[in-house]
Amino acid sequence: MFDHLSIQLIAGQLLIGLINGSFYAMLSMGLAIIFGLMNVVNFAHGAQYMLGAFAALLLLNGLGVSYWAALVIAPVLVALIGLAIERIVLRPLADLDHLYGLLATYSVALIAEGVVRQRYGSSGLPYPNPLPGGINLGFMFLPWYRLWVVVLSLVVCLATWLLIERTRLGSYLRAATEKPQIVESFGINVPRLIALTYAFGAGLAGLGGVLAAPIYQVSPYMGSSIMIVIFAVVVIGGMGSIIGAILTGYLLGLMEAVTKLFYPEGANLVIFVIMIIVLIARPDGIFSRAESTR
Amino acid sequence: MTPTQWTLLIGGIVAALAAPFVVYPVLLMTILCFVIFACSFNLLLGYAGLLCFGHAMFFGTAAFVTGFLLKSLPLTPEVGILAGALFAAAMGAVVGFIAVRRSGIQFAMITFAIAQFVYFLLLKAEFTGREDGMHGIPRRALFGLIDVSSNLRYYYVVLAVTALALLAFYRIVHSPFGEILKAIRDHEARVETLGFKPEHYKIIALTLSAGLAGLAGAMKATVYQFATLTDAAWHISGEVILMTLLGGLGTLTGPMVGAGLIILLNDVLAQFGEWALIAQGVILLVVIIAFRRGVVGEAKAWAARRW
Repeated sequence: MFDHLSIQLIAGQLLIGLINGSFYAMLSMGLAIIFGLMNVVNFAHGAQYMLGAFAALLLLNGLGVSYWAALVIAPVLVALIGLAIERIVLRPLADLDHLYGLLATYSVALIAEGVVRQRYGSSGLPYPNPLPGGINLGFMFLPWYRLWVVVLSLVVCLATWLLIERTRLGSYLRAATEKPQIVESFGINVPRLIALTYAFGAGLAGLGGVLAAPIYQVSPYMGSSIMIVIFAVVVIGGMGSIIGAILTGYLLGLMEAVTKLFYPEGANLVIFVIMIIVLIARPDGIFSRAESTR
Repeated sequence: MTPTQWTLLIGGIVAALAAPFVVYPVLLMTILCFVIFACSFNLLLGYAGLLCFGHAMFFGTAAFVTGFLLKSLPLTPEVGILAGALFAAAMGAVVGFIAVRRSGIQFAMITFAIAQFVYFLLLKAEFTGREDGMHGIPRRALFGLIDVSSNLRYYYVVLAVTALALLAFYRIVHSPFGEILKAIRDHEARVETLGFKPEHYKIIALTLSAGLAGLAGAMKATVYQFATLTDAAWHISGEVILMTLLGGLGTLTGPMVGAGLIILLNDVLAQFGEWALIAQGVILLVVIIAFRRGVVGEAKAWAARRW
């Protein structure tokens, strides 16, 4: 029944799963950080990812900025946009029902996608691979760029997690999540902390976009299509757990790949099926702590 | 009702009856379908406090179910539409069973993800015609007696169904059931201590709302005589949110005004490419930041200040 499964095919699919999982993990992590501090589900996260990819493409085509420079510049640009969004859109809504934050970032996503579609059309644009070639591992061919994406996303996820769990800045952040008034009374500028956190999350999404540009086509739709998966990932992992978001991201990327091997038609659906099963069996999500469920 | 309200009501009825002689009937029927759709969404968010971010799944699926039934069986339109609405209501019950396990913002994300799941299923299913959509949905004689092939005639059928749907909506939100929904929205824990099960009420609300949304989608399929995947896409889920908020959340007439305004806006901007999308985003943002009561809510507040 599974005669079509060669070791090359399995390894190849698992690599694709790991790549997709890297993006799921990075984006879910950003979403979880923003949600943890601000209680805002950042619907614009996908759009910020898309803007990161477009920024890299425009920097290359317009100014001749290389991929490696864009890897720094594009996330900073997206973070600046994030700073503006926080200041203009989210801060006035901070004291209202959190649904307004979701809807406001949704409208930001609509505007961003609309503007990019209007300006650059709906079709995908290619971004040249900055690391051509690869290594033959005997059982499969591993392109350098894919290896780079997996390694960098692992490093970014780990570093961010350590930053939040192990440093003083991270402890301020966690404290501000729990009791903002008390943290403020210690003389810490909580609004600035919130603004910087949002910008950081947006920058992470932008970085994801730059990483994705050479692998997927740079298209206005890339944001909304990944956002749909990210939402399911965050629901499965449980909201507000950063490590949960990271692990669930990788896990679901791999699950998708495995499904593709055995039942290709189901690959698009498997994440949603898992989400529904988790909701019925473990309504709080697999990684959520009791106090973080709202 | 006050004399002003009576005047508005009678004026509205006269305008609705005369409208197809001035405006293209298909545009009017589209508006009416979205009026029902926006009301169904308002029932959830405005009265039960539940943000369903995937309402298009009920709208779109009902359109396909109705289309499929009318194409494959010699049914009359009203039977087809009813079947589509009932199917959507059943879907609403299932979605409710899954989604009410989490509340607030997570309810929105879950419904969004389930809607996408449904979208993929419709995309894979043979009977929807996939990317091409479903074409040639017949519009037979109403009750087997009245010929409704002309759009002008069918407009009055759609108008009557809309009036009935609005009446149903009005009865639901003003019933004891509606009062409990509002109580859940305002203070869920307190309702629970009174011995009610909020989950049950939420599932029923979602079932009723999905049924109304399905009615809207099913009727739209008979108006255009085709159904496409666009009707089930997340963009439509966003559009109905925009209509409801723009018109006025939790008001009876707000979603009607919002649906009318957005359909007209789409119609005007259709020739300008992506500007319709950008305009929708900007309007939603402005509504959320600057006037959350919506057009009708602000008008009411203005009238209350004035008199």
